Amino acid sequence: MSGGEDALPRFRRGVRFRFDEIRQQWTLLAPEKLFLPDETGTEILKLVDGERSAGAIIDDLAARFDAPRDVIATDVLATLDDLAARGALTL
Amino acid sequence: MGLIVELTHRCPLQCAYCSNPLALVPRSDELDTETLCRVLDEAAALGVLQVHFSGGEPMARTDLAALVAHANRRGIYTNIITSGVLLDRQRMEALLAAGIDHIQLSFQDSEAQRADDFGHYRGAHARKLAAAELIREAGLPLTANFVVHRANLDRLPAMMALGEALGAERMEIAHVQYYGWALANRASLLPSADQLAEATRLVEEARQRLRGRIAIDYVVPDYYAARPKACMGGWGQRFINLSPSGHALPCHAAETIPGMIFPSVREQTLRSIWEEAEAFARFRGTDWMPDPCRSCDRREIDWGGCRCQALALAGDAAATDPVCDRAPDRAGLLAALDDRAPAEDIRPRRYGARLEPA
Ligand code: SF4
Ligand code: SF4
Repeated sequence: MSGGEDALPRFRRGVRFRFDEIRQQWTLLAPEKLFLPDETGTEILKLVDGERSAGAIIDDLAARFDAPRDVIATDVLATLDDLAARGALTL
Repeated sequence: MGLIVELTHRCPLQCAYCSNPLALVPRSDELDTETLCRVLDEAAALGVLQVHFSGGEPMARTDLAALVAHANRRGIYTNIITSGVLLDRQRMEALLAAGIDHIQLSFQDSEAQRADDFGHYRGAHARKLAAAELIREAGLPLTANFVVHRANLDRLPAMMALGEALGAERMEIAHVQYYGWALANRASLLPSADQLAEATRLVEEARQRLRGRIAIDYVVPDYYAARPKACMGGWGQRFINLSPSGHALPCHAAETIPGMIFPSVREQTLRSIWEEAEAFARFRGTDWMPDPCRSCDRREIDWGGCRCQALALAGDAAATDPVCDRAPDRAGLLAALDDRAPAEDIRPRRYGARLEPA
């Protein structure tokens, strides 16, 4: 199931996205689960606030990183779908 | 890495499937708040990201909210594993203020009468339903945990329907794991192979139906499996389990293993225990393994299975888990599969009712 660019990603209840000082890394904590997102994932998750749509997240990243929008879009949508499938986000 | 803190063995319920040890720790031996806060500090420094407060009934401790708040200040994700009977509005508010992240609520059955009978507590089920409501109202995620066994598996569909009706985010359908009191009651609790197969089918069906809405974790009794579970993700690799009296254990049943000395957090820091304790090193990794594990291609997948199960079923904690069909000594397992006792023989978990292992 894909959320598409209109999807409004938000963290599910009980999911915490925070910076871990010990590991010097962003972590995504959920009931009985722990994700250590990679760099791309971290940049995407920093923009998840329940207000930005997937499309807006893509625009933001495309403006800041030197890559074609459609490449970024593919990455972002795949990452969001994956995290939704694993129960961390709703779309 | 995760920390499981068994805050107390006290509990208003008396579930016969409880995995607490037969020798329950009395209140006077429990760690105090100050020591527990220090342990949480040490846990954070060691890189622990999640703490699970369990028991017994963790809410039997009046300092639970203070401990949650402390863990939260250290950036640790907090989870409470509770029977829910002591969760009222006032305590819910205290936990919320403390920053609780998640509550896992356990149910004994789908029907009030049977649930109350099993837990030996009149009105327990009704209180749990009220607790679920409080958790939902608070906007917290809810995990509904159903422990299943021979005597309640008939009602598995009704249990899953209840979890759905309560608005749970996650459900955990957990077959009894045979440690402590559950081991003593095994002959009355172990399902038949057919019952297990049917349960697995029903869970699969529900998973399909609820996909994307409710996640279902399913824990099987590996007695019927060809390969054992990777107990605790490997001995001394992913978890520290703290007993109410302060012993740091690689798994909650580890104290049943004779001849082992488990360090106490009253005397040592969590880091020195994790890095140096002989008890944690004893079955860590693959060096300790006997044949056939030593040369098996699954040795870093299941880590040779569960040490406490090897002890319970083969009389030797250092043996290949007898659940594995490659294990040399499976007589104890096969005998357990044939050992059947009626429900009347079930012995509820009680202080002072210490039993000889079945
Ligand atoms: S299994 Fe039952 S008796 Fe044991 S701690 Fe949980 S609620 Fe209490
Ligand atoms: S032989 Fe040992 S390592 Fe191999 S599957 Fe069995 S228990 Fe696991």
